[in-house]
Formats: sequence, structure tokens, C-alpha cells
Amino acid sequence: MTEKKIRVLIAKPGLDGHDRGAKVIARALRDAGMEVIYTGLRQTPEQIIQAALQEDVDAIGLSILSGAHMHLFPRLMELRREKNLEDVMVFAGGIIPDQDIPRLKEIGITEVFPPGSSLAEIVNFVTTHIRAA
Amino acid sequence: MKTIETREQPPASRSFETLSGHPVREIYTADDLRGFDVPRDLGTPGEYPYARGVYRNMYRGRLWTMRQFAGFGTAEDTNLRFKYLLEQGQTGLSVAFDYPTLFGYDSDSPQAYGEVGRCGVAIDSLADMETLFDGIRLDQVTTSMTTNAPAAVIWAMYLATAEKQGVDWKDLSGTIQNDILKEYIAQKTFIYPPEPSMRLITDAMGFAAREVPRWNTISISGYHIREAGSTAIQELAFTLRDGIEYVEYGMRAGLGVDEFAPRLSFFFDVHNDFFEEIAKLRAARRIWARTMKERFGARDPRSLLCRIHCQTAGVSLTAQQPYNNVVRVTLQALAAVLGGTQSLHTNSLDETLALPTEKSVTIALRTQQIIAYESGVAGTIDPLGGSYFVETLTNEMEAGARGYFDRIDALGGMVAAIERGYPQREILESSYQYARAVERKEKIVVGVNEFVTEEPPPVDTLVIDEDVQKRQCSRLKELRARRDSTSVSRNLAELKRAAAGTENLMPRILDCVRCYATLGEISDALREVFGEYQEPNIF
Repeated sequence: MTEKKIRVLIAKPGLDGHDRGAKVIARALRDAGMEVIYTGLRQTPEQIIQAALQEDVDAIGLSILSGAHMHLFPRLMELRREKNLEDVMVFAGGIIPDQDIPRLKEIGITEVFPPGSSLAEIVNFVTTHIRAA
Repeated sequence: MKTIETREQPPASRSFETLSGHPVREIYTADDLRGFDVPRDLGTPGEYPYARGVYRNMYRGRLWTMRQFAGFGTAEDTNLRFKYLLEQGQTGLSVAFDYPTLFGYDSDSPQAYGEVGRCGVAIDSLADMETLFDGIRLDQVTTSMTTNAPAAVIWAMYLATAEKQGVDWKDLSGTIQNDILKEYIAQKTFIYPPEPSMRLITDAMGFAAREVPRWNTISISGYHIREAGSTAIQELAFTLRDGIEYVEYGMRAGLGVDEFAPRLSFFFDVHNDFFEEIAKLRAARRIWARTMKERFGARDPRSLLCRIHCQTAGVSLTAQQPYNNVVRVTLQALAAVLGGTQSLHTNSLDETLALPTEKSVTIALRTQQIIAYESGVAGTIDPLGGSYFVETLTNEMEAGARGYFDRIDALGGMVAAIERGYPQREILESSYQYARAVERKEKIVVGVNEFVTEEPPPVDTLVIDEDVQKRQCSRLKELRARRDSTSVSRNLAELKRAAAGTENLMPRILDCVRCYATLGEISDALREVFGEYQEPNIF
């Protein structure tokens, strides 16, 4: 029996239009055999959670470089709880200062990847965290 | 005579390429320049084809403008940073707007939540613009404003501020980025679809030609294309081909090429590969001059000039070992100067982490000043001209760019190419290949995939005050209470009527701005008429 593919939603919350990283990660995950859905730009927390629900994903990767993460992520994680999607693993990357990471982990974001993180590291992380669930 | 053997020199362990993957040979000689015609291919500074520089005496007459991109928080916050930078010796202003402002949303709109003042300054109305330039006379400075989709509105606010200061528009000099094509390709701060966006741009061109003759109506940009992951040749090609598209649209709008072309300007990235960047700038000038002359028949010599602003590559900065970034920026800035830039922004060492602190932006500015005053490179024009390597690379880059011109022309032009996703896909591919190359250590990034140290970032970074959004919202409330709302409604209705037709929208936008209609209200009025662009979802 073939193993079910890991399904990942790569999302761009808020107005930030820097999509290079998000698209590179999306492609790396796809190359690693995962099913990847990319939300496109300018997604509200509501739209992201709706997409996660609709696409029945195992994980959400959030990419943000605008500095709005401390406002948008808590809202998103709240909606995730409301929609009973707490088994969907959430990870993030972009421009997220070190001092914000503890708070983000507190609200349920499993890992934050700073600039310079390797693709292999991220692919391994997703694989490990989904299979282990 | 036998050559002296000391230690045996090992053969090359790998092939050598530029950062963009362009092959680099062991040595370049006169053989590589066979057929090189000095008057045709090199020329003299300030003369066609301008490969050596756009002005006759370049930095000996006047140094490049030191123009640091700045903006955060409220207009008051940014006004202080502007004054600080001018005091520290920068010679031009450059405004960074926050995301809501880039998209024509007011600070109290739902889309603005969490975003106000974070990546740039929040500007909601003429009132904010007046505060932004409080104590700065607009005839005493030149200002570049990074605004695209709502550029006409932001520019109108600047023009109205000048009026309030008693400054004649004929005495204003500056730039609006206003380059929508690269938004669809790379920066993604678009609002409206291509055709109405191009109309707004040609309206600005026509208005400037008559009313604000010293204003640069577009900063045709490669920076964002490069930052999105393109190669240097793609950056060069897509930027100049965007320029060609603007010229075509301008002429189709009924403007004579020499009426508006002298006020087109350019903006390139300066990335790590030193000689590739220098060759790119030289090739840009030569290609543009040739194109304007041969393809468009421009007669005014000013129409042939590729006047350039450069910014050091943001993507090259690392979060790890941030002080290394000072070194990167120095080399990149030097390449821009040796490449003959007219204006330069140098990134700060902490910009992978946050917007620059006062301390780090000062180091970035001093970098330019040290190059200008201590290194000696500004004392002669195009010092690398005639180098076998640099001239060969310049030729190769021109050839590479022209290959892309042909392909884009065959697709029906740049708007058509964008609609087919062509430049976007080229960029996707280049950026992925680069990421893979770094992963495989074919490209070394010091401190990231080699020479790694375990240390936390030692820098204190800029934190945006959480109050900014609240302050802007209460200001908007006050503004709406005190302005003449009948006037606002009437002018917005007029704008919509005009937008549905073909008249130049600048006078209507100015009317809206002067009665304190907000950026959001004006942009929304245009949204109603023009619609919003949805980009194809490709990765």
C-alpha cells in the first residue's frame, strides 16, 4: 500500500509581497514528494485557515517578512483552535526577530526558520513532524 | 628562458561563473575584443553610446547622490530620520512607505491590521505628507518615493505639499518609482490591472512634461526583479524591456518621445559579483542609448540617457554574523560607483533583522562617504573602461539582454509576456537554481553555509512602536471630522467619472488630495472603476 503524501499549505499572510522564499520552500517540499498548495499573496488569517480546512492539509508553512507576524499569527492560531485544526502543524519563516520566537512557540507555532535556513533542514523538519504525529 | 618554478600551481578545481552563472574564463586578452570599435562600443563619457557614463565629467563635477531609503512609524518619526540623515551628509531623500500605503489602504482599514508603520512610513492623507516634510523645503532637496500602484496619488500629495510651502512645481525635482510592470513581475505591490495602470503612468508622464519638468516620472527598476531571484542578465533585460514598453505606451498615448523620455530613470541592484555588476550598468547605458535612437528615433540627447540609482543587494545580507554585511555593502557600493551610478543607497548591517537603527544607517552612509572622499575612485571616469574582462563582460551582457528582448517581442511585448507568466517563470527557475546551488555549497555564503559560528546576533534592532496604528487611526478620525466632506464626495465622484473616460487624471487626483480625501478613499474610487488585478498562482 502506498504511503499517503504529506499535504502542506504554504501561505503568505498579510500584505507582504516577498514570495521568493515561500515559492522556493514550496518547490523543495514538492520535489521531496509532498503535495503542496500555495495560497498566493495577501491572505487573511481567515483565508489561510479556510484553505487549510478545505485542502485537508497536514501542515501550514507561514512566510512573512513585513513584521506583522505578532499580530497576524495569534489571530491565525486562534482561528485554528476554533476550527479544530490543532492537529495541523504550523511552522513559519521570514523576517522574525529572535526575541519574538518564544512567544510564537507559546501560541503553538512548532518552529520558526530564520533567513539562511537550509532547504534540507526544512524538508526534514516537515517530514519528521508529520510522520511522528 | 625557463620560467621560475616555485610551488606547483594546482589546476582549477571547478568551473568559474559569476553569481548569475555566467561563465568566467581564466584570463581575458585583446583577442576577446577583436572587432571592438572604440567610438561605437566605448565612446566618451557624456556622449553616445554613454557606456562610460551619462555625464561629461561624472563625479569630478558632482558626486553621485547619497540617498538612503528611509521610513517607519508615523510621518513625525520619519521626518526626524530624514533630518538626521541630511545632517549626516546624505544628499537626497528617499521615502519608504508602509504596506497599507503601498496598497492604497488607510491605516484604519481591515487590511492594515498589524502592518501600519512597520516597513515604512504610514501616509493616509496630505496632512501626513505635510508632516513628513515639515521643516524641509521641497525646492532644497530632491526626493525619491517608492510608490507604484498609488504613485499618482502620493505624487499629488507631494505636489500639494509643495504648494503649501509656496514652492513652484517648476522648481521641484525628484522621482516616483511608478513602475507597475515590475510589480506584476516581482515586487507585487500592484492594485489595478495592467491597462488602467499604464494609463495612470502615461498620465503622470504627460502631466510632468507640462507642469513638473524636472521630475522623474518612472524609476524603471531591476532591483526587485533581481531580489526576487533573477540573474543579472534577466535583471538587465527585463528592466530595459519594461522601459521599452513604457516608451511605446507613452507614444501611443500621444506624447512625443522627446517630451517624456528625458524624465525616465532607472534603478538597479548591486549584488555581490563585483565585475558582473559593473558590466551590467555599462551595458544598460549602451543598450538604452542604442534602443532609444534606433528603435524610437529619439533626437533629444537627454532621451538617450540611462540615469541610474543603485541599491546594494538586500538578499545578499545575512542574519548570521551581521557585521559581515558591512563588508558586503562596501564591495557592492564600490561596484555601483565604478559602474557610474548617479545615486546610491547602501543597506545597513541589521536589515535582515529589522529596519535600520540610527547607528547602523550611519555606517551605511559613511561607507559611501569613505568611497567618495578617501578611496580616490571618483577622481577619474569609468576607470575599468578598456579592461579586456570588463568590456567582454559588457558585450556578453548586452547580447544576453537582446536575446530576451527578441523573446519578449515575439510574445507581443512585456504586458503580454507578463500575462503569460514568462518573466515570472524565468525568475522562479533562477531563484530555485540558486537556492539549490547554495544547498550544495556550489555557492558559498560566508557565515551561512561555510565559516559558521554559533552566536546570537549581537545587534540591537529597531522596534516599531505598537502605538503607531492607534495614532494614525485617531488622526484619520480627526481629519474626517474637520474636512469639508461635501468637497471630498464631489471630488471623488469627479475622479470616478474621469477615470471611466480618457482624460489625464492628475488634475482630478490633485483636487481630491487638496480637500483631504484619504489615500484609501482615492484608491478605492479607482478600484471601483479599474478593478483589481489577480496574479496567476505559479510556483
